[in-house]
Amino acid sequence: MEFKTILFYIFSVVTVFAALRVITARNPVHAALFLVLAFFNMAGLWMLLQAEFLALALIMVYVGAVMVLFLFVVMMLDINIERIRQGFWNNLPLGALVGLLMVGEMAVVLSGRYFGLASLPPQNLPANYSNTKELARVLYTDYAYPFEIASVILLVAIIAAVMLTLRRRKDTKAMHPSDQIAVKAKDRMRIVKMAPEVELPAPSAKQGE
Amino acid sequence: MEAMVVPFLEGLLGSLWPLVKPVWPLIWTLLKIVLILSPLLLSVAYLTFWERKIIGWMQVRIGPNRVGPWGLLQPIADGLKLFFKEVLFPTAADKKLFVLGPVMAIAPALAAWAVIPFSPGWVLANVDAGVLYLLAISSVGVYGIIVAGWASNSKYPFFGAMRAAAQMISYEVSMGLGLITVLMVSNSLNLTEIVSAQSKGLFAGYGLGLFSWNWLPLLPMFGVYLISGVAETNRAPFDVVEGESEIVAGHMVEYSGMAFAMFFLAEYANMILISAMTSVFFLGGWLSPVGFLPNGFHWMAAKMAAILFFFLWIRATFPRYRYDQIMRLGWKVFVPLTLVWILVVGVWMMSPLTIWK
Repeated sequence: MEFKTILFYIFSVVTVFAALRVITARNPVHAALFLVLAFFNMAGLWMLLQAEFLALALIMVYVGAVMVLFLFVVMMLDINIERIRQGFWNNLPLGALVGLLMVGEMAVVLSGRYFGLASLPPQNLPANYSNTKELARVLYTDYAYPFEIASVILLVAIIAAVMLTLRRRKDTKAMHPSDQIAVKAKDRMRIVKMAPEVELPAPSAKQGE
Repeated sequence: MEAMVVPFLEGLLGSLWPLVKPVWPLIWTLLKIVLILSPLLLSVAYLTFWERKIIGWMQVRIGPNRVGPWGLLQPIADGLKLFFKEVLFPTAADKKLFVLGPVMAIAPALAAWAVIPFSPGWVLANVDAGVLYLLAISSVGVYGIIVAGWASNSKYPFFGAMRAAAQMISYEVSMGLGLITVLMVSNSLNLTEIVSAQSKGLFAGYGLGLFSWNWLPLLPMFGVYLISGVAETNRAPFDVVEGESEIVAGHMVEYSGMAFAMFFLAEYANMILISAMTSVFFLGGWLSPVGFLPNGFHWMAAKMAAILFFFLWIRATFPRYRYDQIMRLGWKVFVPLTLVWILVVGVWMMSPLTIWK
């Protein structure tokens, strides 16, 4: 058995276990962390397929950013797991149907009859072949316009997300750092010139006598 | 070197060798990992000592000087003390995640060293996508802090975890964008090639290699990268994650003994990692600054030491940033600056004035 095969089985077993725990773990934070573990092992599997760019992008984007924010939100929520489980038996038929549909679709794709996966030529790549470079070459030459359109759509989505959540509250006491930094001494304090105050001589004690 | 070890082992083990052969790559890699990590952990121990000494001198104190000659055994004593302390578990804590927190903090800090080249050929994995690997692994480091903060089931650790999540994600963005200019001018994601790309240039031709390194043509990015590196490791003046005057020690409040020591190790290993990455990306790695001196690991070590000194220096110099100002610096100053500079470098590379050919 090749070392790569051992790695493949380790990654696959851990992925399946972690994915199962994502849906069976009682604590949502644990479930989110199991999802992170599943992503990690998927990245390992992709790495075995020599798709190092996709594998590292998966870790960078999903593990490093998306799941951190996801975890951040899940930790803030006080999820009552018993109440969520109440409708389990009612929703089971529909859920099972959708699940079966997805399994069927994946089976059609993976059997490869329609996509010709089975007849793909074996990969004999030169030692200096860079997956990242090839991906970039295709993305920025052959598919330059679709890529640009996709990035513009993403940009619109970013701005829309910001605009939808941006609301200026009237009662907020937020400070503006740029105003604070730009402040000068003369804005805060005024020096006025005035005549010196001279203390009057105390009234003479003899006067009263 | 592997070519020398394998026949020797084959002779030694004889008929047992076929049993060992499938796992041999694993054993060999583990040996190399030990070779990288043991000096690293030793430097972590002495970095803590050096930090206390330097900050002491900057504040006109002596610093630790009781244990051993010149206090040199202080980090060993500290380590022993932490080792023998009891690890306390708060009753309301999530035990499993409480243990997992420090592990998830230290694992990425050590794993990232796999692709760092110390000298030509001195690298565990000379992979093509080294920069991507570094970005991916360093983005995982935040989990240790978040998990520890949540699992402690206590207020201050949770505040620390929330601050860490926001701060580390923000500064990863500017760090990654800053690195894009480096990738553009070196035309590679491989760290060894990024270093060798810096050995060519106008000044390198005159024997003044230090002006051909990336720091000069990419000076704004060098600044952004270094400052983001300080923020990414949660060091002063960006240490609001564990700011002792506000939230005691942030995510580390409930930890004691070796569990606490793991966070400490991770922080210092990350500092050394950032200094190694800065030397490779901007300061020419193992390249000699002047033509008449030989290249080698000593230059890499000297550059890393200089950047580490910078880390300690600013810790002793600057007051802590306010939290909203950290966010403002990251998103409103660094991100626009890096985006503009990517455009500037792109135009520069395409113009006839280009210095990268």
